[in-house]
Amino acid sequence: MSDSLSVLLSKRDGRRKIVNQLLLGALFLAALSAVAPLVNIFIFVIRKGAPALTWEFLTSLPQPVGEAGGGMGNAILGTIILVSLASAIGVPLGVAAGVYMAEYSYSKLSRWLRFGVDLLTSVPSIIVGLFAYAMVVLPMKRFSAHAGGFALAVIMIPTVARTTEELLKLVPTHLREAGLALGIPRWKVTLQVTLRTAWGGIMTGIMLALARAAGETAPLLITALNNKFWPKSLDQPISSVPVQIYTYAISPFEEWHQQAWAGAFLLVALVFALNLTTRLLMSRTPVSKD
Amino acid sequence: MTHSPDDFVLQAQSINAWFGQVHAVKDISLSVKPKTVTALIGPSGCGKSTFLRTLNRLHEEVPGSRVSGQVLLEGDNIYAPGRDPVQVRRKIGMVFQKPNPFPALSIFDNVAAGLRLAGISKRSLIQETVERCLRQAALWEEVKDKLKSPGTGLSGGQQQRLCIARTLAVSPPVILMDEPTSALDPISTAKIEELVLSLKKDVTVIIVTHNMQQAARISDSTAFFLLGDLVEFGETSGIFTNPKDTRTEQYITGRFG
Repeated sequence: MSDSLSVLLSKRDGRRKIVNQLLLGALFLAALSAVAPLVNIFIFVIRKGAPALTWEFLTSLPQPVGEAGGGMGNAILGTIILVSLASAIGVPLGVAAGVYMAEYSYSKLSRWLRFGVDLLTSVPSIIVGLFAYAMVVLPMKRFSAHAGGFALAVIMIPTVARTTEELLKLVPTHLREAGLALGIPRWKVTLQVTLRTAWGGIMTGIMLALARAAGETAPLLITALNNKFWPKSLDQPISSVPVQIYTYAISPFEEWHQQAWAGAFLLVALVFALNLTTRLLMSRTPVSKD
Repeated sequence: MTHSPDDFVLQAQSINAWFGQVHAVKDISLSVKPKTVTALIGPSGCGKSTFLRTLNRLHEEVPGSRVSGQVLLEGDNIYAPGRDPVQVRRKIGMVFQKPNPFPALSIFDNVAAGLRLAGISKRSLIQETVERCLRQAALWEEVKDKLKSPGTGLSGGQQQRLCIARTLAVSPPVILMDEPTSALDPISTAKIEELVLSLKKDVTVIIVTHNMQQAARISDSTAFFLLGDLVEFGETSGIFTNPKDTRTEQYITGRFG
């Protein structure tokens, strides 16, 4: 009786092992296909873009169709300006909102704020662009770096706020209490103890938000527009790498396509570098959960 | 024995504390003489830590908590309307169960934190205070060559002494200790106990402990808490040799808790 049972079980055992191998293989393929596009993008962008990425490309103005050379120098500078503007607005606001949500998390307002921030994260970026168009472009009556920076700031804020909140919540309560028990006012405890402890992590959140903002195209099309010349003033339209890529990519000219690829390569390299730096920083953050 | 109010540095009068609906501390009155060590003992959840945290108004920082009653510090009610809890906490320091030096700060900066964040910036004064407090906390010899390294790099016992030095820096007349040795090994524990006894020259210490031998070794008075009530309070020798309440006797002889 028990003999026949064990024979039966060992038969099932063989089958189970095969099924196990099959399913494991399927999972592996699924995982592979998830990262395949990334690898593809890299190979493609490097192959097409790297040859055109020259010193001239990085430093000179775009040339009219038919003339050789030219580059994205103004667009690169423009992206740096736009992202700086966005950080100047978005980082303080985002960090402040995050501090409020973490340190006063039991208040009702805080719960609504969190909900709002989550919604803002999922608003399509073109809508953010339209918002900036209505808020800045229309009153100023022109496209400008201001409008572009504002739009990118709105995109950065929810990411920065949520990261700040999450990281502040990781700072153990007993550290806040240690500060309070020394007779330090609460706002100083928040700034000098809590925020300082979590700062490394918050920085990485800011950098990820920067990387995302640097690659945004849609909101810039209707706020910063584009410009063929070096940026002179913040209330003028300004060029940016993603918009320049877009302009070149939809053109019918082969040389412009080349430039678009080089720009794409530059952008991917930038995002990659920011992510990598972020990871390095992350691994050195002293925040522990206990 | 009769005492005039001036004989006490700290007097808790009818203190009640709640977490939401939970009545954790029930109508406790207790007076502490200056430059003594008072031990609060009792089983887990008896309200002794909560009571301790009402003494420097830290209990009220917990969302949903509530306190009633008054605490007189050198005759002044710390719960008087308009009294600033920040001022209160500068006079009543606290050392926690888990050593909690500020991780972003060096050893020196940890001790200096209380002064600096209270707005004192005079270098020589800070330097002087940091050294004095580290000496007082019996840590100076061990850390004087690495004052700039992070406070979290020290051992648990050293970290706890660093926290004591940090508390001493704002020179509070009263220091509260919430099971300061429960996370430490026996040698570090002995050092902290020694330290508490030496601190008695200058400050009043109120210490919560789970370790009854510790209470017997270092305290002058002992209070026994049970389920939020103060069962018995008196001189330590009396509590441990001749308890008046049978519940106290059962607890200290290890029959429950």
